[in-house]
Amino acid sequence: MSDDPRSGFTRRDLVRGALVGAVAAKVAPAAEPKGPAALGPGVERLTLDINGQTHELFVEPRVVLVDALREGLGLTGTKVVCGRGACGACTVLVDGAIACSCLMLAHEARGKKITTIEGLAADGRLSPVQEAFVAADALQCGFCTSGMLMSCHALLERPGRPTRDEIREAVAGNLCRCGTYPHVFDAVERAAGLRAAHEQPAEPRMALVRTSPGDLLAPDDRVDEALALLPGSEGGLG
Amino acid sequence: MSSEDVRLGFNGNFESKKIDIAPGDPAPWDPSRKFRLLGTRIPRLDGRAKASGEARYSIDVRLPGLLYGRILRCPHPAATVEEVDLSAARKMPGVKATLVLLDRGGIARFAGQEVAALAADSPEHAEDALAAIRVRYKARPFVVDSEAARKAGAPLVFEGETQTKSSAGDMPGARKALPRTGNVQGPRAFEKGNVEEGFRRADAVVQGTYVTQVQTHTALETHGLVAQWEGDELTIWASTQGISGVRDDLARELGIPASKVRVHCQYMGGGFGAKFGARVEGIAAAKLAREASAPVKLFLDRKEEQLATGNRPASRQWIRAGATKDGKLTALHLVVHGNGGTNGNTGTSAPLKNIYACDNVKTEEFDVFTNAGPSTAMRAPGHPQGAFALEATMDELAAKIGMDPLEFRMKNDPSAVRREEFRIGAEKIGWKDRDSRRAGKDPSIRRGVGMGAAVWYNTGGTGYRASVAIHRDGSAEVDHGLQDLGTGSRTMVAIVAAEELGLPLDRVSVRIGDTALPTGPESGGSTTTPSSAPTIRAAAFRARARVAEAVSKSWKVPPEDVAAAADGSDGFTAKSDASKKISWKDACALLPEEGITAMAERAPNHEDAWKRFTAGAQFAEVEVDTETGQVRVQRVVAVHDCGLVVNALTTESQIQGGVLQGISYALYENRVLDRATGKMVNPNVEQYKILGSKDTPEIETIVLPVYDGVNNTHSVGIGEPSTVPTAAAVANAVSHAIGARISSLPITPEAVLEAVDRARGGRA
Repeated sequence: MSDDPRSGFTRRDLVRGALVGAVAAKVAPAAEPKGPAALGPGVERLTLDINGQTHELFVEPRVVLVDALREGLGLTGTKVVCGRGACGACTVLVDGAIACSCLMLAHEARGKKITTIEGLAADGRLSPVQEAFVAADALQCGFCTSGMLMSCHALLERPGRPTRDEIREAVAGNLCRCGTYPHVFDAVERAAGLRAAHEQPAEPRMALVRTSPGDLLAPDDRVDEALALLPGSEGGLG
Repeated sequence: MSSEDVRLGFNGNFESKKIDIAPGDPAPWDPSRKFRLLGTRIPRLDGRAKASGEARYSIDVRLPGLLYGRILRCPHPAATVEEVDLSAARKMPGVKATLVLLDRGGIARFAGQEVAALAADSPEHAEDALAAIRVRYKARPFVVDSEAARKAGAPLVFEGETQTKSSAGDMPGARKALPRTGNVQGPRAFEKGNVEEGFRRADAVVQGTYVTQVQTHTALETHGLVAQWEGDELTIWASTQGISGVRDDLARELGIPASKVRVHCQYMGGGFGAKFGARVEGIAAAKLAREASAPVKLFLDRKEEQLATGNRPASRQWIRAGATKDGKLTALHLVVHGNGGTNGNTGTSAPLKNIYACDNVKTEEFDVFTNAGPSTAMRAPGHPQGAFALEATMDELAAKIGMDPLEFRMKNDPSAVRREEFRIGAEKIGWKDRDSRRAGKDPSIRRGVGMGAAVWYNTGGTGYRASVAIHRDGSAEVDHGLQDLGTGSRTMVAIVAAEELGLPLDRVSVRIGDTALPTGPESGGSTTTPSSAPTIRAAAFRARARVAEAVSKSWKVPPEDVAAAADGSDGFTAKSDASKKISWKDACALLPEEGITAMAERAPNHEDAWKRFTAGAQFAEVEVDTETGQVRVQRVVAVHDCGLVVNALTTESQIQGGVLQGISYALYENRVLDRATGKMVNPNVEQYKILGSKDTPEIETIVLPVYDGVNNTHSVGIGEPSTVPTAAAVANAVSHAIGARISSLPITPEAVLEAVDRARGGRA
């Protein structure tokens, strides 16, 4: 487990906070609480600033930000994959910095500016990096895409044009199972203006090599043997 | 049935063949055909929805009064359930329904097996209530290690009947009953020629034992679904590779007609073979929803996903191979013990049987049962592990007879397409001077280049249906009940329809992901495109014929006189009178007010066409740090064929994905079970290491168009072949770099350092 420096609130902080609370309760159960009032254990009122809009909701103190976004507010663009800060699928911006919303308590986000994937497009127009993701096919199943885009968006907010290594670094915390990384690199480079649109290959990369004719259509008797074992209309192979 | 001459072949070399065409089905496209859309790079139609966060996956479905389901799992690797007490859980706040999944007397056979389920009004309440379920277990002896499980006297995973589960993604033959002794089932045996005779004829013989680990699918969206009852009708939103399979499973399990179950899947967060059928969690969700009279969402968390949703089985493969000194294979013998936990069907023999030509082949496949999560189909079942052992053997044998490994393969490969792919790949990777690149400036860094071959099967299924509706304004709608796993199937449907109709892509709307639509294929075995594309083309072909018919009536000419416009535009002309012209839009205005709808069923595969295996060749270049044991893949050249490509952009994406999953399998991924406790120690994604952005090499993708004529669009799938040879190529590259063979996966730094020592003469 690593404490991701990108996140303002780490798992270690979470554990430390819980331990301190538990110790204090044991030593002086009747003492007046100092500092912020304890929340919960039931639902508590919370206002959040998300994508420039104020939302009011009622959530238990133990609820993490991503669950408040998804289940509480229906902002389901942000995804949960590992639930423990290892995959980056739930990446959002907290006061402009990327953070794993599965590691942050919803109540911890009070007073902070939260930006989710739904906040990247303006007036129904995709941002340049979103457009580039579509054009370069930097998404397959799309389940890592929201988090991947938030990381790339944050990278492109920095001055200067990122190198390919800086792009690799920027999405090093975003796990993709389909293998979109090469196209993600292409998309970010495209969005950063490193490559003009006309430099993209317009033709499919098909080989145009000629071979001499010969046993081209020679039947392979092993094919019948193997095909006989294969399913017809029902079922497939993984 | 009509008989037509079609030209088949590849790379500009075509031969004519007479094949039978089913009534109403178009003949396979001629190689001279110029396509407007097919084979170009087209961004996927749902890219915008995915990039904006608007795409609603099944896990994103929200309904009024939605309940949250959770499953309680057995913590022991083997145990008898003595009591399941749900009374306390039922009294917990917000709990609306409970369900026993493994009743008293039931045996749990792996840590993570489902025991009970419940649904509550919030995820937090469900979590709390789960902790209130009381289960009394009687622990049983267990075994999680494959070698230990094979020994006499090992604890038995199955006493009495073997209980394994089949899946629509399984390799054929999985359902065949096999004898079992102790924990070992099999063999599944194959023999042709006489291997003993083949070894006698050999000038050189090599043998080795190759071991591969368990790989988990780790699709990012976990397994699960949302179930909602309205009266006796059940609506499902599932994360699935086959909406129709989910429907049929639920109908059977719940005892209701399939016509009362409707399954949706619009967006899907990956499957890779593990998402077929309703599965335990799907049936549980439907039952909980019925009991609670409220919709239930039940999706697994990452730990559950790692423990219980399937994996690529481990293998221990013993191979013996012989060849003459002039490089002809004379015998191949494989004995494999696969380990799929509580599941069988773990064979790896397909690459050995289906890639290189050899007269004498013998394979014996055994399944070893252990108290571990069951394997299931995973992207090219049996193939990456089989190719790893086979291709290492090919390299070893080539070395023994003193022949270049590429030349040795060329001599034994019966596929003209793959030989061409080898040639192209070798040129791109710089095979000729690979030896001179081994040593660089830094003496601790070694470079290596390795290769591997792919094989797959053109297995598009028949009987699927699609409809194409044409409106009077000329726009078109396609209805086809398949699901898009992220492979780009939705876009494939639109491209094929638009190509055949002669329309721009934006005039075609596509509806998929719903069992209420004409039935499409389940997505497994790389069969989706070869099943669907010919169906879509046939429906569009018939729809266009109906428009032409309206034109013929209007012009008062026979229907066969109406032809496509000679100028290449989207309209029609009369063969008998070139002055007669009409645009597509004006022709559609001639249709009746309600437009027309054409239906088509996927015609049988053309048995008389060019039946062949899908080929493929991959080359990898690696850098090995002999001080740290670190392997970095620098570059991969992937040369493949998949018939005629529908969308070059998404095909490239899929090949890159196959390559990256293959590298990840070769170097990083490994499910680790603790022998003492029987539990998985890395049921997450930080200790179960998967390739990331910094491990991603440059990948060059080359696809050879092949016109095989097996279906009317020459379509073949690419999902699986693209991951078959990658681990083999990487492993061979590592061996080339360090001059010693590593015969187990994953290739860890520890294994590399051990091999480096071995190559230097050993440190003992």
